[in-house]
Parts: sequence; C-alpha cells; structure tokens
Amino acid sequence: MEQKRTKEEYKKWSQKQAPKSPKIKRILMAFLVGGAICTIGQVIQNALLGTGLDEKSAGAATTLFMIFIGAFLTGINVYDDIGRVGGAGASIPVTGFANSIVSPAMEYKKEGYVMGVGARMFLIAGPVLVYGIITSIVVGIIYYIIK
Amino acid sequence: MGTRLGKHTVRLDSKPVIQSWAAIVGAKEGHGPLGSYFDEIIEDEYFGEETFEKGESKFLRETFGKILSKGEVSTGDIQYIFAGDLLNQCIAASFGIRETEIPFYGLYGACSTMAESLSLGSFMVEGGFAERAVCITSSHFCSAEKQFRYPLEFGNQRTPTSQWTVTGSGGVMVGKAGDGPRVTHVTTGKIVDMGITDANDMGTAMAPAACDTITAHFRETNLPLNYYDLIVTGDLGWHGKNICLQLLEENGISVRGFYEDCGVMIYDQQIQKTDCGGSGCACSATVLGGYLLDKLSKRELNKILFVATGALHSPLSLQQGESIPAIAHAVSIEMI
Repeated sequence: MEQKRTKEEYKKWSQKQAPKSPKIKRILMAFLVGGAICTIGQVIQNALLGTGLDEKSAGAATTLFMIFIGAFLTGINVYDDIGRVGGAGASIPVTGFANSIVSPAMEYKKEGYVMGVGARMFLIAGPVLVYGIITSIVVGIIYYIIK
Repeated sequence: MGTRLGKHTVRLDSKPVIQSWAAIVGAKEGHGPLGSYFDEIIEDEYFGEETFEKGESKFLRETFGKILSKGEVSTGDIQYIFAGDLLNQCIAASFGIRETEIPFYGLYGACSTMAESLSLGSFMVEGGFAERAVCITSSHFCSAEKQFRYPLEFGNQRTPTSQWTVTGSGGVMVGKAGDGPRVTHVTTGKIVDMGITDANDMGTAMAPAACDTITAHFRETNLPLNYYDLIVTGDLGWHGKNICLQLLEENGISVRGFYEDCGVMIYDQQIQKTDCGGSGCACSATVLGGYLLDKLSKRELNKILFVATGALHSPLSLQQGESIPAIAHAVSIEMI
C-alpha cells in the first residue's frame, strides 16, 4: 500500500487529532500540591526553630522529615496518587525525590537485595544525582574563582 | 490445503474450527463493560503468586486449563501450543505451559500475538499437521509497567494518549472438526513504520499497520466491504481507532458502523480512567476469548475480521532513538 503522507506529515496530522493534556488544570494542580508540600515543610521548619535549633540545622532536619514523609507515603501506596494529581508539584520537592528512590526499591525487591533493590534503587534518581553533583562541582569551582 | 490469494492472504479451504475458547482477566477488566463475558475475574493482581511475572504465568496456565476443559479434551489431544506475551524472553508463556509436555512454539508479536498464534495454529490444522492446536497469550499491567515504563509507586502523570495494559490471558483451541466458529482467511501483515517515537502514543504508531493489513485483506480476497458484521482491531485505543478509520477511508474502505477496537471495548474510558483504552497481548485475546467468540457462537455475530495490532519496539530501541515498527495480522472468523 502506498502511504499518502510522509512520516513527518503523518506525525503532524495524527498529533493534531490526539487528545491533549489539560494544561491549565495540571499547572494549577501542580501549584497547589507543590505549594501544600512546601507549606508543610515550612510548618515543620518553624516548629524546629521553635525548639531552639539554629536555622541551618533546622533546614537540614526539615529535609530529613520531608524525605521520611515522601518515603512513607510511597510505602503505603499513596504518593503515586499524589503524583498523578500534582504532577511536577509532587515530583520536584524532596518528597518526590524520595518517591523516585523508594518506588523502584519496592518494585525490585523480588529480584533480591543486591541486584534488585541495590542495583535498581537509583533507576530514576541516578541521572538526577549524577548531573546534580556535576553541576554543583562546576558551580563550586566558579564560585571559588570569582570569590 | 489452503489457497494463496495474494501477497498477504491465504484462504483456508478446510476452515479450521475454533473448538473452545477462554479468557481470564484481572479486576479492572472484570469491572469493565465486558466483565460478564469473561470466564473468571481474579481480584488479586498476584493471582496468589509471589511476583507479577509468576502471576501472569498463572493467568496463562489457568486459561489454558479452561480451554481444555471447555473443549473436553486432555493435554494428550493437543499437538501444538502457540503462545507468547510481552515479557523479556516470553517468560510468562514458557513458564505458564512448562508442565504441559506439549510441543511448543514461543511467539513474539507484541500485542498482535493473539492473531499471530491463531494464524499459525490454523495453518497447522489446515496443513494436516495437527488435529488440535492451542493459541494463547497473556499480559499483565504490573509486569508490563515494570518492563516498559516506571515502577508502580512512582508518582508520575499519564499522558492522554497512553493506554492501559490489560491484565489477563485469552486463548482458543483450533481443530479439524466441530460446530464452532471457523477460521476462513488469514492475512499476515508486514511491518509498517511511520516514524513515531512516542511510546505513550502506540495507537498512532500502529494505526497505519492495521490500515495496511485491512486494505490488503479486502484487495486480495475481493470480498465486499460489508461482508463482515464486525471488523475489530486489537489495541489501537480511542485515538488510534479514529486515525485508522480515516486512513481506511482514504484507501476507499469505509467501515464506519461496523468497526470496533478491543482497546476501546474493554474499559469504560470515563469511569476507569484508562486514557486512550486498553493494550497488551491480552487486550485482543481476552476480548476474542471472552466476548467475540461468545457472540459468534450465539450467532449474534456471523462474520468478523479480527485484526490484532502490535508495536515491535523495546525500551532499549527507543532509548537508542529508533522509531516504533508496527504490525497487524488479520484472521477471518465466520459461523458457517
């Protein structure tokens, strides 16, 4: 059969008819869910500051709390639902990072603790870590030079 | 012996009979619009096993058992099994039928496997090499997500063109004699690749292959367009079905009104939030083994063209920048 369209034309033609993401709704939900997660973080931080911790320690402790919450909600099968509703709002905060590590660890438990959990845990977070660390090194060097 | 009608199509003159069929599905499929047609609905996604993969094998094994018991035959009466699935090295199929001691051909046609296995099983019977052959496939939402996409608990969003892998297994037993629906033509598809690279939009990748095979079928058989009560594609989904209809009309094949897609039929899109519909080997297999053959045997349908569609990519090929090659095989099933 002769194709009436080139590959490019077919792609454009079919994409034009494809169902579209509800962008406005998704942006709004990302704002609300992301904002809610950050607000919870702020509440925790304020509470920690109230106990007499200095700002730096309170910040670090807040991150730990948020990572725990993200990991815990992943463990009890809730964070995927938050992610489905909140999109980037749920994945960009540190709770989303925890989710990206705990979810493959849970999934690959059946393949053993070494080649399963151990090897696959950073399946999604791995690239974030690699390029995050590289970027921080580069920024650190630039900062050192211009200081 | 069969007669070759053209490059793609063979007419099966002995008209092998589909002697029995079965479909076992998971909870989501069971709660869908076709729920009442399936033999069993399994609420536990593990099916009592330790892993999703073992669970999928059990779906296939139980469906196989069901086909035999409904056909009132034992394993000794089957000469061949043609089976496949979506997992790496087709483990669901091989592990599922490991204990049967029946000669076995493992197939990979992605989601087109049901039509592929049914084609080959029918050829075996037509050629006189087998009294009976079982053609069966499976897929599982959880094992497919694990293999092709993200971990289940990962909080990502689904794109509106994505489809939901059907959990379950469906299959048929073809044989020489009987009163059941008969396989009259087989149109084997060729690979069609229109350069689509988005794995979340399989319908668009597979629609041209379905169109190509259906066009070839009508061209080579010279059958009138209204010959079939129903032309049913495998898992193009809502979007792919719409694209396929338009492509067919451009080829002068207007099938509006008697064209459906298993991926559209199996879920309630609005309530079940499956975006563009179902996919996976079991999508077409369970709709065939549950709904379609039931309708045929009751003569509520008399002639159908079953066109299972498959996307022949792998996660690796996509990462390497390859597009998605697609295929579709068509099998005519008629009550005579």
